[in-house]
Amino acid sequence: MTTAFSQDDALTIAGRSFGSRLFLGTAGYPNQRVMLDALAASGTELATVAIRRISLDGYSESLVDVLAQASGGRIRLLPNTAGCLTAREAVLTAQLSREALDTPWIKLEVIGDRDLLYPDVEELLRATEELVNDGFVVLPYCNDDPVTCRKLADLGAAAVMPLGAYIGSGQGIRNPHAIETICARSPVPVVLDAGIGTASDAALAMELGCSAVLLNTAVSKARDPARMAAAMRDAVAAGRAAHQAGRMPVRAFAEPSSPQLGLIGG
Amino acid sequence: MTNPAAIRVNGQDEPLAVATLADLLAGRGVTEATRGVAVALNGAVVPRRRWPDTALTPGDFLDIVRPIQGG
Repeated sequence: MTTAFSQDDALTIAGRSFGSRLFLGTAGYPNQRVMLDALAASGTELATVAIRRISLDGYSESLVDVLAQASGGRIRLLPNTAGCLTAREAVLTAQLSREALDTPWIKLEVIGDRDLLYPDVEELLRATEELVNDGFVVLPYCNDDPVTCRKLADLGAAAVMPLGAYIGSGQGIRNPHAIETICARSPVPVVLDAGIGTASDAALAMELGCSAVLLNTAVSKARDPARMAAAMRDAVAAGRAAHQAGRMPVRAFAEPSSPQLGLIGG
Repeated sequence: MTNPAAIRVNGQDEPLAVATLADLLAGRGVTEATRGVAVALNGAVVPRRRWPDTALTPGDFLDIVRPIQGG
């Protein structure tokens, strides 16, 4: 990767600058060592965590400390509201995460269907408004719907995070045109969240104009998570560079690359 | 709730045997210095600096949370 390009291409969300445009989840790895290796290989500076009621019996090493120590403070945590079904639950979860992790950043998920893990737009908009008014930096996981994304930005979301496909499905980006439209019109950064299955999906997200990619299962369930994390790092960088370079137009017919002059037998 | 002097902690009833939230947490090895823990009392977050002077009363419900692996 050409660092000369990437250095002046930092992503800024809510005043915070990111050298890496890959955000990575921390769930579902075979063990903690594999997770830490994958995080390191990905180059990510933002890792998601969930907030849960949990038995404190035998409470020992905290995930916060483990991640802080392993990354030397390079990786910041982005708590999520995964599993919340109402704005009320999501707002309380966000408030608890702010207290637990001392961060106003929140990946806002409000789910309307437990099988599909599809966002509940009404509840999502309500929670976004409430949390923005309470001083949170809100990054909502949302539908690949330009109108919903615009409404979220209007309410003060710091970024919008449309899904590429169902969470954990690895189906890739099911509606690239919608993602491209959202990116072209969004006043805030667009982070492709959910659906990424392999490196080419991440590259496509960036080529379509996304500012960053958030993924988890594609790395944690890969046969070699650290190697896939490195592939995702490179794919995001390559897709970003391709987007900035400006792709050639698609043509319906052939256009010869070689000169047409001096053809033998011509 | 069968026991009138019970509180509900993370969805489980237990006898109320302490005076304050800080006491309850101390019994679980959590102090104000413990990183990554947050508590809601009856659906409202209690900042850690207020744990020592937050009295518990029968019928209270508490959510004690911490970050875990997530996507």
